[in-house]
Amino acid sequence: MSGEPTSAVAAGSAEAASAERIDLRQEFEAVGIGEVLDQLDRELIGLRPVKTRIREIASLLLIERLRKRMNLAHEVPTLHMSFTGNPGTGKTTVALRMADILYRLGFVRRGHVVSVTRDELVGQYIGHTAPKTKEVLKKAMGGVLFIDEAYYLYRPDNERDYGQEAIEILLQVMENQRDDLVVILAGYGDRMEKFFASNPGFRSRIAHHIDFPDYSDSELLQIAELMLTEQNYKFDAEARAAFERYIAMRKTQPLFANARSIRNALDRIRLRQANRLVADLDRVLTADDIMTLEASDVLASRVFSNGKSA
Amino acid sequence: MRVTQGCFSFLPDLTDEQISKQVQYALGKGWAVNLEFTDDPHPRNTFWEMWGLPMFDLRDAAGVLMELNECRKVYGDRYIRLSAFDSSHGWESVRLSFIVNRPKVEPGFRLERQETDGRNLRYTTKSYAVDRPEGSRYGGA
Amino acid sequence: MSARTTARLSLARKDHDQPAGRAASRGNSEESAMNESVTIRGKDRYKSGVMEYKKMGYWEPDYVPKDTDIIALFRVTPQDGVDPIEASAAVAGESSTATWTVVWTDRLTAAEKYRAKCYRVDPVPNSPGQYFAYIAYDLDLFENGSIANLSASIIGNVFGFKPLKALRLEDMRLPVAYVKTFQGPATGIVVERERMDKFGRPLLGATVKPKLGLSGRNYGRVVYEALKGGLDFTKDDENINSQPFMHWRERFLYCMEAVNKAQAASGEVKGTYLNVTAGTMEEMYERADFAKQLGSVIVMIDLVIGYTAIQSMAKWARRNDMILHLHRAGHSTYTRQRNHGVSFRVIAKWMRLAGVDHIHAGTVVGKLEGDPATTKGYYDICREDFNPMQLEHGIFFEQNWASLNKLMPVASGGIHAGQMHQLLDHLGEDVVLQFGGGTIGHPMGIEAGATANRVALEAMILARNEGRDYLHEGPEILAKAAMTCTPLKAALETWKNVTFNYESTDMPDYAPTPSVSM
Repeated sequence: MSGEPTSAVAAGSAEAASAERIDLRQEFEAVGIGEVLDQLDRELIGLRPVKTRIREIASLLLIERLRKRMNLAHEVPTLHMSFTGNPGTGKTTVALRMADILYRLGFVRRGHVVSVTRDELVGQYIGHTAPKTKEVLKKAMGGVLFIDEAYYLYRPDNERDYGQEAIEILLQVMENQRDDLVVILAGYGDRMEKFFASNPGFRSRIAHHIDFPDYSDSELLQIAELMLTEQNYKFDAEARAAFERYIAMRKTQPLFANARSIRNALDRIRLRQANRLVADLDRVLTADDIMTLEASDVLASRVFSNGKSA
Repeated sequence: MRVTQGCFSFLPDLTDEQISKQVQYALGKGWAVNLEFTDDPHPRNTFWEMWGLPMFDLRDAAGVLMELNECRKVYGDRYIRLSAFDSSHGWESVRLSFIVNRPKVEPGFRLERQETDGRNLRYTTKSYAVDRPEGSRYGGA
Repeated sequence: MSARTTARLSLARKDHDQPAGRAASRGNSEESAMNESVTIRGKDRYKSGVMEYKKMGYWEPDYVPKDTDIIALFRVTPQDGVDPIEASAAVAGESSTATWTVVWTDRLTAAEKYRAKCYRVDPVPNSPGQYFAYIAYDLDLFENGSIANLSASIIGNVFGFKPLKALRLEDMRLPVAYVKTFQGPATGIVVERERMDKFGRPLLGATVKPKLGLSGRNYGRVVYEALKGGLDFTKDDENINSQPFMHWRERFLYCMEAVNKAQAASGEVKGTYLNVTAGTMEEMYERADFAKQLGSVIVMIDLVIGYTAIQSMAKWARRNDMILHLHRAGHSTYTRQRNHGVSFRVIAKWMRLAGVDHIHAGTVVGKLEGDPATTKGYYDICREDFNPMQLEHGIFFEQNWASLNKLMPVASGGIHAGQMHQLLDHLGEDVVLQFGGGTIGHPMGIEAGATANRVALEAMILARNEGRDYLHEGPEILAKAAMTCTPLKAALETWKNVTFNYESTDMPDYAPTPSVSM
């Protein structure tokens, strides 16, 4: 796949001997995976264990590539993965970077990500599922197929569920066309565990399981501040304190989705800030006024009122 | 005989690797790739049967090859051609087309001449294959 | 007048300044200042007698052409001592409303509208004594859909005008409003490909040789061998009409036998350009109708039949589902010399309007005239829907073709299989490559010659699509294809060193520089 010339081994005698020593830094820099890992560090707060695992996988693939070039025993590695964790923990973002790393190392040809859920794979009637699944697979060829909430493919309560057909096609392609695409299954950890238990075919074809932990309160605050900086907003001191309280309370409530919930909260806070500013039309505003979110913008959230009533 | 329709019929039959490269060229241009098959390769038989719809939004040739191999499993005894469609203004037509599968034996065509007024002739080209019903022309079921 | 066009024109003006150098022309005190109007207005304008053209309103340096104006660019070579502005104004005058003296009947008309206006004169770079004159014509000066009328106006009288040593029509800007009054190519590249069922590669043709003397039966033999060997088309030559050695009906009958036989042998659609050129329109129609009756997909005419006959045949071709091939017979008498005549790029524009489907437009590498950059300009005129101004290709104006069909260029004359990579690089894939000698002169015979060309072409397209550097690897690609194709091997061996490297007589006046190509 990677059309690298087998420079060292083929060249012969003295030069070959010296060329067999590979400058790892040079190799690492040439493929540019460092940039991708740095980007991942910048984009995603925390997630230390995930980043470590990605770095390990990247290193393994780099060495695999070098082994191939040196004609040492190597095998086409299985690259299918599962990303488990709660919503909003960065699975999709990491999948994009993973695709980039796989592309730069030559393990996928195009490096794009096709992201789907059960609805895009499974049909409504007989004969509908195979074309749908194949349609998705064709578009994903050369890149990464990211199946979110993959366990919905399998419905143990309905043995005639069309999901089973999609599963069989997926398994076949995951086995036979490992050169052509990488599949990443994603979802909640516990449900994924059950899914693998009832579909051992998947478990055996997945090489890397990566668990995405929930963010800590302070990480969520950092995420919020990163998002605000990108949008040219900021908290003042009271607002920041209010938002810390917000995070603590929101986490205890249903449907909490980590970074995604933070993004949604900030959207509503900006709305309230705008409303506050427009309420006083006679005021002369500075850029600072327009950038600053105040405590009242945060505290008007229903999260606080629910908290009181609860 | 060898039907020489399509872009590469004068070359030895393309390998799957060669076909992939041509498909990748088409995908790179933003063209949709389509597979069609027939057991009547008459030069003016424009509309071969479609193997599914043209494949839009593909990034990699492997998807097309997957379909081609499926198509060969079912219609491996017939002609299969691969065409690429360009939807851009001023073209809106096929931009590349070549045969990717042939029957083992290609019986070719008979030229019939009908003598008419004076020295005029009326010509009719007939595929020998169509002497048999559709589907059983190249020893198929 | 849109702001966009204004911006473009002023931009173009700036481009010209750099190579030409306005200061140099100012040095000559005899010449008019290049940017001042000297038009006489009011009642003095119509006093009887002789008046300089530039004073009659044919030199209007402040005029900004309208989007609907036809613009012509002339290369003017005034007689010694003649002011270039006056010479250019005279060209504007003589190609529109003026005569040699003032006439009072002008005052019965909206004369100012009908006067062609020379609005810009630039010295030609590196060509002392020559000037580019830009002249704008109001659309009302022309009849809809008539090349005869257009050409009678623009090149009717003025080329023999005594105060000029020489005059050349270099380029024209045809407004969309005028383009829309023409049919355009009867079939066009897209539909021609659909009808022929041939996509993704140049089409291949050959002119039957010897061009004179073959009987119908012998002629058809050449057609059959060439088509069966792998060509898509064969072609009559420009002067194959109906002569003592072969009556046209004989040719048509035997050629169609050959076409049909080759079609059955290959399973491909084949064609032969049956030349219907004759002494009268009636005879041409008769021949074309016979070709249609025999089932031909294409007929052919020569440029020498005239613009009106060409337009008539284009209408006939569209009515009868026929591709119309044009051989540019005779064009070199007026297109080739740089200082006098009509540039071929203008002829190509006229022929796209007139409605032919094929036009010979040069090979670059073959035996006939054709500098690569200039030829690129011709090909763009034939095939693109929009031509940007590209001085380095000899294209002086933006041209919007308003979705008029594309015209298939034909490359013919002294080309062979060994040049396939260069041909593909210079000419692209929407072209008919005609290998006459390169097919019929093959040492193993005509069929082998045709096969060699087809194999070379397919191998080159395959390599190009695979992303190979086919221009530089061309010889290797051909050599590899020849390993499984003896006819190609023989062709490469026979013509390995044949090239035609002569200096071109018609090259662009502007070299590509950063300031010109923007």
